[in-house]
Amino acid sequence: MSNRKLISGNKAVAEGVRLSEVNVVSAYPITPQTSIVEYISEYVANGILHAQFVQAESEFGAMSVCIGASSVGARVFTATCSQGLALMHELNYVAAGLRLPIVMAVTNRQLSQPFGMWCDHSDAMGERDSGWLQIYVESCQEALDTVIQAFKIAENKEVLLPIMVCLDGFVLSHTSEVVDVPELQTVKEFLPPYKPDPSYHTLIDVNAPMAAGGGCPPAYTMEFDYKKFEAQEKAKEVIKKVDEEFASLFGRRYGLVEAYRCEDAEIILAAMGTMVSTAKEVVDRLREDKGWPVGVLKIRSYRPFPKNEVLKAASKAKVLAVVNRAISYGIGTPLFSDIAASMCNASQKPILLNFVAGMGGRDVTPKNIMTIFEKAKKTTETGVVESEIEWIGLNRALLGD
Amino acid sequence: MSKPYWTKENFPLNPVIRNPGGSLAFKTGAWRMLKPVIDHNKCTKCGICATFCPDIAISKSENGFFQINLDYCKGCGICANECPVKAIQMVREMEEYVKQKVNFGK
Repeated sequence: MSNRKLISGNKAVAEGVRLSEVNVVSAYPITPQTSIVEYISEYVANGILHAQFVQAESEFGAMSVCIGASSVGARVFTATCSQGLALMHELNYVAAGLRLPIVMAVTNRQLSQPFGMWCDHSDAMGERDSGWLQIYVESCQEALDTVIQAFKIAENKEVLLPIMVCLDGFVLSHTSEVVDVPELQTVKEFLPPYKPDPSYHTLIDVNAPMAAGGGCPPAYTMEFDYKKFEAQEKAKEVIKKVDEEFASLFGRRYGLVEAYRCEDAEIILAAMGTMVSTAKEVVDRLREDKGWPVGVLKIRSYRPFPKNEVLKAASKAKVLAVVNRAISYGIGTPLFSDIAASMCNASQKPILLNFVAGMGGRDVTPKNIMTIFEKAKKTTETGVVESEIEWIGLNRALLGD
Repeated sequence: MSKPYWTKENFPLNPVIRNPGGSLAFKTGAWRMLKPVIDHNKCTKCGICATFCPDIAISKSENGFFQINLDYCKGCGICANECPVKAIQMVREMEEYVKQKVNFGK
């Protein structure tokens, strides 16, 4: 039995946390994340969720509480974004280094300055090399499902790394959709209570003393880095396995990537988050109205980066248009760099085009996506890359051009 | 006995130390620039130097005088600073070595 409800992305995340029966939640409010932890605090206050809710004095404090709680064996959740995530930066490396399976929802929001509360992926991109896994979701349903999956992925012995579930701020966090809310009992079957093993978890126990967080001399540091790298590689298989198990119980699967109408596509658009949904609509329209061979490649798992899946889906296309909601100043965009790195040694690969869109909450409209496909189509005909980086929706008149 | 933090038998996922005493493997004396030398003619055996030593590198010997474990002394100079009778001098290691061993034909 399940329960269909009209809920926002943030409510969907909170429901996922409730169903995962977490032990400790610690957070500090920040728009557009706040309602996630407000919902959770209500669950705790009303006795629906038996957890400790700790309102910290800052995001630095919140992640510190999460690290402490996870180190004594609790299943831990937090949520933040933007400046809050930036304030956590230092602790994010600690959580990953201590191999603590903390789950964090990030309602992607721009970073100041200019100050704003709106969606782009700059905040999470700042944490991409921290060792955390990052999954970008597209719908409220996927947000709920991914939170439940995230605990199972992070707690897997092969992984044991913290994980971010990234949802576009406002565009998804505050948009309501009909969501199938699973039954607690079925979720319990999928995700049993967290039982850390002291033989390999960071688990503080008065009967088995240990020192955590001390100095590590150069003779050992690289080996710990290697183990983290190895765990990210192994996480690819774990994400797939967990996803299959989830599908067998709930009938929904998401994968590391989703290749939408890519089999025969000559032009593929690669993106993350909600703009994928817009692109799928445009693809359907272009295929039906104009007969263009177009597809969309949704990058769901950004860390670990699914190199093989990206290659498999896109290597036969003529052009791969990469659309980013983040900028890497001085070079281009993060997703473009990662896709280019994944393909650099492949014998068969498409021409790559780099697009920036939707910064600071600017809408990515079907018309914008159409423009991207038109530019990509021109490249399939001419073989020419007209611009190293294209800014979609940029108001050039305002810049005096 | 000094032992390493981790070996291939117990190398963990996370940098936590489950076996105490591993820091003995790190001879922090190699960091030292200046070495404390105690003048036993001035020393009153009060033990303030040992109390203040942040590395627990000073201990009482059988004759009541205090000795410095140069494997771990980092040469911070706190003992010399705290000594109430100024019995501890911080000296350059090489000067000491040169004075004792080379003697420059004296």
